[in-house]
Amino acid sequence: MNTVLEFNKRELTICGAILILALIAPFIFSAYKLQMAIMIVYIVAAITWNIQGGETGYNTFGNIMFFGLGMYLCSGIQIGMYFPLAEWTEGGGVKTFIHKPDQYFKGLFVGLLFAGVVPAIVAGLIGYGILGLRGHYFAICTLGIGIASGEIAGGIELIGAGQGMTSPPFPNVGGLEFRGQFLYFLCLALLILTFTFVRWLYTTRFRLVLNAIRDNEDKAEAMGIETMRYKITGWVISAFFVGIAGGLVGTMVGYIEPVEVAFDGRELGVFMVLMTILGGKGTLWGPIIGAVLFTIFKESFWTLFLGWQYVALGVLIIVIVIYFPEGLMGYLRERKPEWFGEVIDEKDRKAQITLD
Amino acid sequence: MDFLVFQTGTLTFQALIDGVLLGILFALIAYGMALQWGVMNIINIAQGELVIMGGYIAYFMYQIGIHPAFGILVSPIIMYFVGIILYKLVITKVVDRDLFISILATFGISILMQQLMNFVFGADVVVAQSNFGTLLLFDKAVTIPYSKLFAAAVSIVFAICLIIYMRRSKLGRAIRATAQNARAAKILGVDTEKVYASTFGINAALCGIAGALVAITFTLHPYVGLPYTVRSFMIVIVAGLGNLPGVVMSGMGLGVFEEFADYILGTEFRIAAVFSLLVFILLYRRFKLARKREYLK
Repeated sequence: MNTVLEFNKRELTICGAILILALIAPFIFSAYKLQMAIMIVYIVAAITWNIQGGETGYNTFGNIMFFGLGMYLCSGIQIGMYFPLAEWTEGGGVKTFIHKPDQYFKGLFVGLLFAGVVPAIVAGLIGYGILGLRGHYFAICTLGIGIASGEIAGGIELIGAGQGMTSPPFPNVGGLEFRGQFLYFLCLALLILTFTFVRWLYTTRFRLVLNAIRDNEDKAEAMGIETMRYKITGWVISAFFVGIAGGLVGTMVGYIEPVEVAFDGRELGVFMVLMTILGGKGTLWGPIIGAVLFTIFKESFWTLFLGWQYVALGVLIIVIVIYFPEGLMGYLRERKPEWFGEVIDEKDRKAQITLD
Repeated sequence: MDFLVFQTGTLTFQALIDGVLLGILFALIAYGMALQWGVMNIINIAQGELVIMGGYIAYFMYQIGIHPAFGILVSPIIMYFVGIILYKLVITKVVDRDLFISILATFGISILMQQLMNFVFGADVVVAQSNFGTLLLFDKAVTIPYSKLFAAAVSIVFAICLIIYMRRSKLGRAIRATAQNARAAKILGVDTEKVYASTFGINAALCGIAGALVAITFTLHPYVGLPYTVRSFMIVIVAGLGNLPGVVMSGMGLGVFEEFADYILGTEFRIAAVFSLLVFILLYRRFKLARKREYLK
């Protein structure tokens, strides 16, 4: 049985190189710390989406709900631990309450904890109902959930309704440079945690069960697997990590708006799907590569076609979905199967070619 | 919270009338959705954007001084060609594939169309004034704008025309044959590619009519397409494919539900109520089928 820290040599070099790059990156490109932190959050979102969309074959647009929930919870708890939340949101931009540094960090820690745990519980509760739907009904239902939660959050006065709320400003320690580095490394820690956990998860029987569900759910059930339990567990795991990611984004952005930032089903909710498809569904590295590529595309669109960025984005979505549904990893797998440890019978291959 | 709706009869009546008139319009959009879903097996997320685009055509006519009601004649013609172009560029590549591919690809189209409409017409909420006046009933307690009555009447007329066309014409028969069995239709000499293209075109034209009616009865905004998509999806899954009376009935039901939700919960929860109803309906059907160990197909 593979354990968490058992890497083979090639993987170790790749992971080590990426880790070192990630650790020194905020000091080299110090102007882009927050962009890189957002990219890391995107990677986390893509990895967790892949557990549903790639491994289980349940294409969800609803993971954005856990993201937004985590965002509101983290900031709400961070504020509510020390100050009355209603007065904070009513005050809007006026800062009558200021967190002391120890209050801020304690609040952030507890907030992030809740931002992970509560969405996980919610996923567990709604999972039985929602995950009983299949195929496109599941996709549309989760799309509805994502948008409904945004609209509902936009109607609740306590969390600022449609105007949104501000998350607590960073306390006055170490200045702007420190804030960026702190949040960047927090995101990186989340990514490492997520990656390690998911990597371990994919070495266990759990992944095989999820793949069995993807390939044929009825047969998996007939084989005696309690598919519903596995599907719910998968969703709980996704919700936990993506909830924490949401909490971090709320802290980074500083301003939480229900439809455009938190429950952004039309942007991040679709981006996480695209990133995973771009990289390759159902692989460990696919979502990571896809997220990095997608962020590069997106950032260059935002600078190159300013004003036309959404048009470019729409075209990109159509092109990816129609021409690269297997993603980069799928393409590589077809071209270089030996990289993936697949043994090709050369005779068989040649025989196929001559047949054509 | 006191439920004003149940206390005053006139308010209930007002909501009912509004809902039914609105629902007929929804049914028209949903019929297009059912058509393309049944024939081509795709789910079109950009359906709402097609509606809004049709509405903007009517609004454009209003801007240059033509009465927007003529939009119901002009916008379906333009939208038919928009539909054909969209089909040739994108939809043709997703017809035979997984439904999720079509959902995502049309999502891309919807983002694209939203942004293009935003460029051309701006991000403001606009309305095309029809100046039809208002029908007052019960001592001015119930107000029914004639534009809504007009919208409902036009929807019904176009729906009837479409049904007759589908029953009688050669293309209508070809479309129905392709919906039943695309392969067999192809073998028997039906040009399915052409059928698909015209199905999508007819769907876009229907959206164009509905959009022109939306423009004169409600408001237009580049980013409000998605609720129309979800409404039509909802109506189709409740009514089933190819069940026209069902589509009309569930469309009206949805319209009434929305008006009541608007009164009881407040306008800010209207869209939330629509999306929550979608989730509720899907879950209801899921649990009902689960008793027989089946699932929604």
